[in-house]
Amino acid sequence: MKVSAIITLKKDVLDPQGKVIHQTLDGMGFKDVNEVRQGKYFEIDVKENDPKKAQKIVEDMCNKLLANLVIENYKIIEIQ
Amino acid sequence: MKSVVITFPGSNCDRDMHVALTKFGFKNQMVWHNDNELPKSDLVVLPGGFSYGDYLRCGSMASKSKIMQSVINFAKSGGLVMGICNGFQILVESGLVPGVLLRNKYLEFICKNVFVKIDNKDNPYFKNLDKEVFELHIAHNEGNYFCTNDQLKEIQDNNQVAIYYCNDNGKTEEKFNPNGSLKNIAGIFNKEKNVLGMMPHPERMIDQSLSGEDGSLFFKNLINNIK
Repeated sequence: MKVSAIITLKKDVLDPQGKVIHQTLDGMGFKDVNEVRQGKYFEIDVKENDPKKAQKIVEDMCNKLLANLVIENYKIIEIQ
Repeated sequence: MKSVVITFPGSNCDRDMHVALTKFGFKNQMVWHNDNELPKSDLVVLPGGFSYGDYLRCGSMASKSKIMQSVINFAKSGGLVMGICNGFQILVESGLVPGVLLRNKYLEFICKNVFVKIDNKDNPYFKNLDKEVFELHIAHNEGNYFCTNDQLKEIQDNNQVAIYYCNDNGKTEEKFNPNGSLKNIAGIFNKEKNVLGMMPHPERMIDQSLSGEDGSLFFKNLINNIK
């Protein structure tokens, strides 16, 4: 199954890249932006046909490697 | 005194560290990241560089490499483990010291000399040093130390801050903070003070004619403390 996960910085963690993207968007004329936060997206094809089990495997990966839980949150967004 | 420097794919300060350790009397051995066993030694150093191309998060891949289990066991049994720059990033990713190292606040790779103040000398790395402010070199893109409020409280309660960024007089104000690091933190210990992670490179300050001697003072003192 293909499992998609996104990893985002926690709310109180400074995201300098997001800030610069916001400023650049502002400079380009996109004036309606409150904030930009940058994150990571993973698509993982696991050898598992049960969606619940596949989700668990990817959650385990997020906990152990893909996310650093001191600063990041993860969310499984799609299983197909 | 025996030391070990671990080489990860992408380490680039491993040989400098070897030169520094050897210069001040350590019998140093280089160990490849894919080895299982750590040779018997008094000090293990995780050097600076760009292990695994800084993929995912700096130090995250290296922290899972084969040799790290031995390094973690060595640290847990009280052995001295020091991580410099990328080595510090590997230490935080392996959970040996608390917190994380984020991208520098102004998104610049910083390469310059800085002053750091030693906060706590009650440990094998800094005890017996007769000065507090050292001029060392930093070269990093992700040195912006961060941790949760709970972690910060614990770090402060246990005197785990090793060094702060400061000016030449030892003033630790925000304007002397090169990278946005929380509370000007440049290096921290684990709770037991046998593991030290820091962004500055003492191995780059061991020759008067090339740089400075403050790194020499650190290494000379370190080997005497271990003896």
